[in-house]
Amino acid sequence: MSGTHAHSAAFVRDRMIPQEPPPDRSIGALGWLRQNLFSSWLNAALTLVSLALIGALLAAVLPWVVHSSWTANSLSECREQIKAAYGPEESGACWAVIRERWSQLIFGFYPSEIYWRPILAFGTALGGLAPVLFPGVPRRALYLTAAAPFLVPWLLWGGTVWLPVAVAFGFVLGYAGFRVVAPWAGGILGAIAAGLVPVLWWLLLAGKAAGGLQEILPLGIEPVSSRNFGGFMLSITIGLTAITLSLPIGILLALGRQSRMFIVKVICVGVIEFVRGVPLITLLFVAWLLLNYFMPPNTNFDIILRVIIMVTLFASAYVAEVIRGGLAALPRGQYEAADALGLDYWKAQRLIVMPQALKISIPGIVSTFIGVFKDTTLVSIIGLLDPVGFSNSIRADVNWNGIVWELYGFIALMFFIFCFSMSRYSMYLERRLRTGHR
Amino acid sequence: MTSYPDVSRETFRLRMLIFDTRYRSLTIQVVALIAFMLLVAWIVSNTVQNLADLGKPIDFGFLTGAAQYDINQTLIEYTNRDSHLRAAFVGLLNTLLVAALGCTLATVLGVIIGVLRLSRNWLVARLMTVYVELFRNVPVLLWIVFFMAILIETLPPPNAFRGENATASMLLGDSVALTNRGFYIPEPLFSRSLGDISVFGAFDISLDLIAFLAVLAAGLWASARIRARADRIQNQTGLRPTTWYLRLGVVAVPVLIVLVALGFHLGYPELKGFNFRGGIYMRNSLIALWLALSFYTAAFIAEIVRGGILAISKGQTEAAAALGLRPNRIMSLVILPQALRVIIPPLISQYLNLTKNSSLAIAVGYMDITGTLGGITMGQTGRELECVLLMMAFYLAISLVISTAMNWYDARVRLVER
Repeated sequence: MSGTHAHSAAFVRDRMIPQEPPPDRSIGALGWLRQNLFSSWLNAALTLVSLALIGALLAAVLPWVVHSSWTANSLSECREQIKAAYGPEESGACWAVIRERWSQLIFGFYPSEIYWRPILAFGTALGGLAPVLFPGVPRRALYLTAAAPFLVPWLLWGGTVWLPVAVAFGFVLGYAGFRVVAPWAGGILGAIAAGLVPVLWWLLLAGKAAGGLQEILPLGIEPVSSRNFGGFMLSITIGLTAITLSLPIGILLALGRQSRMFIVKVICVGVIEFVRGVPLITLLFVAWLLLNYFMPPNTNFDIILRVIIMVTLFASAYVAEVIRGGLAALPRGQYEAADALGLDYWKAQRLIVMPQALKISIPGIVSTFIGVFKDTTLVSIIGLLDPVGFSNSIRADVNWNGIVWELYGFIALMFFIFCFSMSRYSMYLERRLRTGHR
Repeated sequence: MTSYPDVSRETFRLRMLIFDTRYRSLTIQVVALIAFMLLVAWIVSNTVQNLADLGKPIDFGFLTGAAQYDINQTLIEYTNRDSHLRAAFVGLLNTLLVAALGCTLATVLGVIIGVLRLSRNWLVARLMTVYVELFRNVPVLLWIVFFMAILIETLPPPNAFRGENATASMLLGDSVALTNRGFYIPEPLFSRSLGDISVFGAFDISLDLIAFLAVLAAGLWASARIRARADRIQNQTGLRPTTWYLRLGVVAVPVLIVLVALGFHLGYPELKGFNFRGGIYMRNSLIALWLALSFYTAAFIAEIVRGGILAISKGQTEAAAALGLRPNRIMSLVILPQALRVIIPPLISQYLNLTKNSSLAIAVGYMDITGTLGGITMGQTGRELECVLLMMAFYLAISLVISTAMNWYDARVRLVER
């Protein structure tokens, strides 16, 4: 074809032109700038406005952060120190408030000689979470995961060692009940026994057994009352418990909502929609004022425990909705394939449905968890001293009256670090679990 | 069916309730129902017993008693001699007020930020990412108390506006005053007012407002009719008549006539003595709550908008361009209708979240329903159960209305495939 064309056309190039380097304006730093910041008049204007904004912010914030006082004991002393050090016109941050109230903001009124206990408790919790969160951690650490739910509350609240042992023994009893009943009466009755025996043990015998053992062999550490809990320790205690408990409860609620059994479905829908329809603060009011009314007369159980119950309920309903979305996104063929393999309901859920549904719903679940952790600040409204609650009392203090930016900036930074790392972890998890059928 | 002729005639034995899958689900449901009802009955009987022991059986009669407390920001007439019920109603209106203000500002901010985050300008996109991450990862309660503290600590007190050498001055031609007690803005006044109309004797609604809204609604309806006619003509002839001036006139002219006829003018706030008089007074608690909720929710809305626009595949834009549509027509006829279907459901659930988050008003002393019914009324009367139940019922009703609206929208725009 080129031959015939060559006869009719005036000029045909028969050799490739040697490659030229791209023009200077479109490569390198200059090219990048032209492409990304100054591609049109509008973009150039936007860039300049943004630069001016960033410049103004930095010019205002940087000197303020640097020209600061770490040693003063009151706001007025702070201002004097800054004026003496940097000139009479300067104003700077008074980080001294963070230094002075550091232990309160982190531990609340926890006795200072036993700060090692909450530190060890959260170390244990992290150690227990690590093998669940990251695949690189040795599997042996799973023993710590099993022990952490009993170890952490005991370290935080103290008291006799026999109570967590008695509670843990309930699970052993449940397992034993399953092993005894299942071969003799089938898996269903075995599961019922595994559920019923521990509950009876906890309700009727566990407390007495722990008390008896404590009399025979007194082992324990100094008990700490819930009133002394506060600061970020309180936020993390409530947040971590609610997050870990809400995932299994949320899965059960979601399965109940998808169930073909009408009554189970109605109950689950009712619980989920009720909890999602009311603000968390009303549920905290219930925990604060009403939960004791719901119990038999003269029961009075711990305020933090009551708050954890309601926050867990709240988180579970939201997690359930997210997982329902994941279940709905799963192709019907997956359910049918599981049925065709002859798997029963729980096996199909455990091996086929849940691994895929949970993978789909990871971003939603983690953003629910972030929301729950942020919402733990609401406990300040019902009088618990979390960081926000403390900030109110510090601002009411005569010495620190009028302090705003430093205090809230610090608390915001701490929350930002926690929440931002959670969202990064969820992105890492998504990448790791992407099996790539796209 | 035919291969198992004996199944139906098999005698029923008790153990089949557990081991036969045909009856097992029935057993489970009955057991679940009984357990649930036992739990509810146990809680109710405990509660009744406990409340009887305390000498305050469940009774909503306290709602008609005199409230005996003042509410500093009200939309309807209220004095401390009114009943608790009316105080709760005032709080309810305050909740709806801050929710409406917040949803509006959050939508505007969120759409702008979401679109700018997709900007090809690297710096602007990064700045917006920083905004979103900053506001999403810090608790909303912290933002609320933070905004409140900033308003109190950094804005001038009203008396700074006084005297010859005042340290503060009003903005926008002496019409707006920003003070640490709140904002004073001009109020609409009518010199030939129609007066108020009383609704069930409970509260008054301005007839001027009703007239204004009625005329506006009529104008919008007429405008929609004109557009429908233009569509019809375009479908028949292929030529679209120019109607924008007609549609603008049909809305604007009657509204202007009504405003002039009623003698519309603005009442400016003025400094009298130690404080401002006249104008609309928005307390600092309302401002702090409004701004914090809007800025916080805007970060989430921005992500929704961004996700919605990214969800429309590039092929749609290219196909529209291949049909010969111009870029803004591509946006309005092809991209937006599809993106809105993705955006609107989560957007509405953000509105719901904002409304529920407005219950944090209690932290800054704004008297919404949590502040009146769940705050002072509950504290004065000691009727915790009744107050919390009423509050929950109110919020549940709002969620129910909004989710019904959402389901209606969802059903209307759902893609009908296959």
